[in-house]
Amino acid sequence: MDEIRRVIIIGAGQAGGETAQRLRQGGFTGEITLIGEEPHAPYQRPPLSKQYLSGELPMERVLLRPPEVYTHENIAWLKSTRAVWIDRTNRRVRLEGGRELSYDALVLATGARPRKLPLAGADLAGVHVLRTAGDVDAMRAAFVPGAKLVVVGAGYIGLEVTAVARKLGLDVTVVESAVRPLARVTSPEMAGFFLDEHTSKGVRFVLGGQCALIKGVDRVRGVGLDDGQEVAADIVIAGIGVTPDVALAQHSGLTIGNGIVTDRQCRTSDPAIFAIGDCASRPMVHYDNRVERLESVHNAIEGAKIAAATILGQAPPAEETPWFWSDQYDLKLQIAGLFGGYDHTVLRGSMADRAFAMFYYKGERLIAVDAINKPAEFLGTKMLIAKGLSIAPDILADASRPMKELVAEAQKTASQKT
Amino acid sequence: MAKITYIEASGKEHVIDAPNGQTVMEAAVKHAVPGIDADCGGACACATCHVYVDPDWLGKTGEPGSMEQSMLDFANDVETNSRLSCQIKVSDALDGLVVRLPKSQH
Repeated sequence: MDEIRRVIIIGAGQAGGETAQRLRQGGFTGEITLIGEEPHAPYQRPPLSKQYLSGELPMERVLLRPPEVYTHENIAWLKSTRAVWIDRTNRRVRLEGGRELSYDALVLATGARPRKLPLAGADLAGVHVLRTAGDVDAMRAAFVPGAKLVVVGAGYIGLEVTAVARKLGLDVTVVESAVRPLARVTSPEMAGFFLDEHTSKGVRFVLGGQCALIKGVDRVRGVGLDDGQEVAADIVIAGIGVTPDVALAQHSGLTIGNGIVTDRQCRTSDPAIFAIGDCASRPMVHYDNRVERLESVHNAIEGAKIAAATILGQAPPAEETPWFWSDQYDLKLQIAGLFGGYDHTVLRGSMADRAFAMFYYKGERLIAVDAINKPAEFLGTKMLIAKGLSIAPDILADASRPMKELVAEAQKTASQKT
Repeated sequence: MAKITYIEASGKEHVIDAPNGQTVMEAAVKHAVPGIDADCGGACACATCHVYVDPDWLGKTGEPGSMEQSMLDFANDVETNSRLSCQIKVSDALDGLVVRLPKSQH
């Protein structure tokens, strides 16, 4: 690539914001333009369904950095602005309204869009999705004690919102089309634990429940299921997943698979264009280079680090084990690794204690952990996977020996072999 | 409000006025102090905001909680004065606090 003097970043979420910051921290003195559709400076999305919804964290503490930092660091942050076209031949980006900007390197951090309920009545007042701070602001007034909330979709966002709503005294029903919550993201055992946990907090679940329509005149009144049941609702929140925002990339002819396809350097099929965060997929080095699209803070930050380093002509950092967390009630779930393709599990500790870890194996290889209030098991496993090490299931099942000791032993054994 | 001094592993100092109610981590991140990554934004989920509290201040910052202690067990180059800065709340009592940063958070 020729000398890079102008970088354009499309998408001012955590991935886009971190890229701009890391370019400046890495000594980049050229132009940086950060284009975001939202009115807010780059902010963290994880608190939206947790402390921001509950009112514990104000927006200024959700922002990654104060807005004036972008001026200080000479980053041209264009807020409430949409990019509508990429001209790859002339390396230009067109903005809504017609203005065009030139780039030497372009970073696509366009994120993902929440799926809307494909139902009659989905446009009624009181029906929401949760992706942006604006989405939360729009629903917050309805979060009053005694209000009837129907959450459609029992994924992490749906369950986090459920936990906040119960703490605030709302009456919550979760409608999930699968036979268990968290069906796509964890094992049946963990799903059972979360189901029991929420049920004990007074949450009603309709599992295997298909929504047929949203009822109401001006405002939502209830959710009709395909078996004829109606669940009363003052507010409905759909947490049924997201679709990667690949429109710009697709129109400009970049290779699309599950999101925008990139290599380990986060480069798309056009070497001048990078794609990072929720909108992109890349080879997972700890998982035989299987191509995955991860929706996580870890992935957003890692993509930003890799793209910034590559643009700066520096070696990218070593990839971390993928990780994720979810807070529900007083439970902290921490996930390290990717559990897809596991063939057996090992439980360490007891679910009844509400502090345990579920380890996932593929053959003899430890590939992931779901840790509940067990940070050592999470961090220990994260370290092991990054080093390509495993601990035998029978050893991990013995909760009497501290995780720290087991990890140290595994590392020692590995170093003796080399 | 508390004046906090962050000292990078290289010795470079950053003096920051941190508002009460925020955490020692947040003040550093908002002023782009290099050496505190805070990937999870303060949810005590990642152990990338590790700092060494100046020994004179240990009485004021208090002891790590049990979750925090478990996380610290896996941080790099942990010492007896290690803390996760997302777990230290800023108050007037911490005016003058000095923390040192490890060589790496990862």
